Amino acid sequence: MFQGIINGVSAVAIPLLILAIVGHGWYKKVKVYEVFTDGAKEGFTVAVRIIPFLVAILVAIGAFRASGALDMITGLLAPLTAWIGMPGEVIPMALMRPLSGSGALGIVSELITTHGPDSLIARMAAVMEGSTETTFYILAVYFGSVGVTKTRHALPAALTADLAGIVAAVVVTQMVFG
Amino acid sequence: MINTIWIVLMGGGILVAAFQCLGLDYSSATGLVMSPSFVPLTDLTKALFVSAKAAVNLAIGLIGIMALWLGLMKIAEESGLVKIFARAVRPIMIRLFPDVPADHPAMGAMVMNIAANMLGLGNAATPLGLKAMQELQSLNKVKDTATNAMATFMALNTSSVTFIPATVIGIRAAANAANPAEIIGPVILATGVSTTVAIIMIKLLQKLPRYKLVVPETLPQAREGEEV
Repeated sequence: MFQGIINGVSAVAIPLLILAIVGHGWYKKVKVYEVFTDGAKEGFTVAVRIIPFLVAILVAIGAFRASGALDMITGLLAPLTAWIGMPGEVIPMALMRPLSGSGALGIVSELITTHGPDSLIARMAAVMEGSTETTFYILAVYFGSVGVTKTRHALPAALTADLAGIVAAVVVTQMVFG
Repeated sequence: MINTIWIVLMGGGILVAAFQCLGLDYSSATGLVMSPSFVPLTDLTKALFVSAKAAVNLAIGLIGIMALWLGLMKIAEESGLVKIFARAVRPIMIRLFPDVPADHPAMGAMVMNIAANMLGLGNAATPLGLKAMQELQSLNKVKDTATNAMATFMALNTSSVTFIPATVIGIRAAANAANPAEIIGPVILATGVSTTVAIIMIKLLQKLPRYKLVVPETLPQAREGEEV
């Protein structure tokens, strides 16, 4: 029932939003077609402008993953995370999440397949996936798109928030499903 | 900081791969065994090229979605819908972004981006977020340095409260979980914690001398956020 509502909301959200925007525009006598194409023109420039930043960040993350450095850190962190109730299997997820969206999604899928969707490990990884963001990617791309290179306190604040989100995901999952 | 992290990821990756080439095996009964090979380094090189190509594919793939949402956003702007939306959450926004005038288009774009994030509409959130950054940049006096508003927006964006983590619910449903959406409650709680920490950290860190914003020839700044 609840799940049905959630699935319903996800399914209608975007079509409804678009209908509301276009409908309201029409009601306010906006020349919707002309205005749409005028706004859409910027899409190309923005997408092309972020390419150098995307390449820089994705290549560095690719090198880090492919080298096995991530697995090494997992090994080092395992005793520490066991202390807060985080199984070793979930560590790569916590490390990958701020770096790469597709990488993290791959890890969740793998954990769900290996341990079953209703295992504690898979649930914890799923909560992490839902509650944190690809911080490095977002910061690099968003700041890059406007040419800001000195990001000041944005990264340390965002990373602390990520850490808090990951610890909260572990604690809440243990409380609810543990 | 981003420089350091980039070096650590890139340099660390290459050094670790080079080390893996030694093929050290500690678990062997006959003591330390070495079986050198270049495979880890060639794998790394392959990964570098694959990632570079993937980055461009990602950006090209974004063009269409960007165009769609920026077009819709423009309609919403012209019709006044963004303004209506922004006015509803204005009391919160002027506290979070005291340096941004309450009626500035940046406010509308940020509100739309945060709303999209909350609903798990990832591909709508990015174009709106990039638009918000452009608007914030128009208020920026030192173009290569992040303003307080930008940093606050980024911290909020990356830690945003999520009500519908659509992607992960989809994956769970596909794997036949008993109740795919059961993670929603925990996700709301965890993101609530991370958003709170993000706001506290941003407001604390922006006062530190290390992160202080240096504006050359300080102009008398109107605190427009204070007019109600």
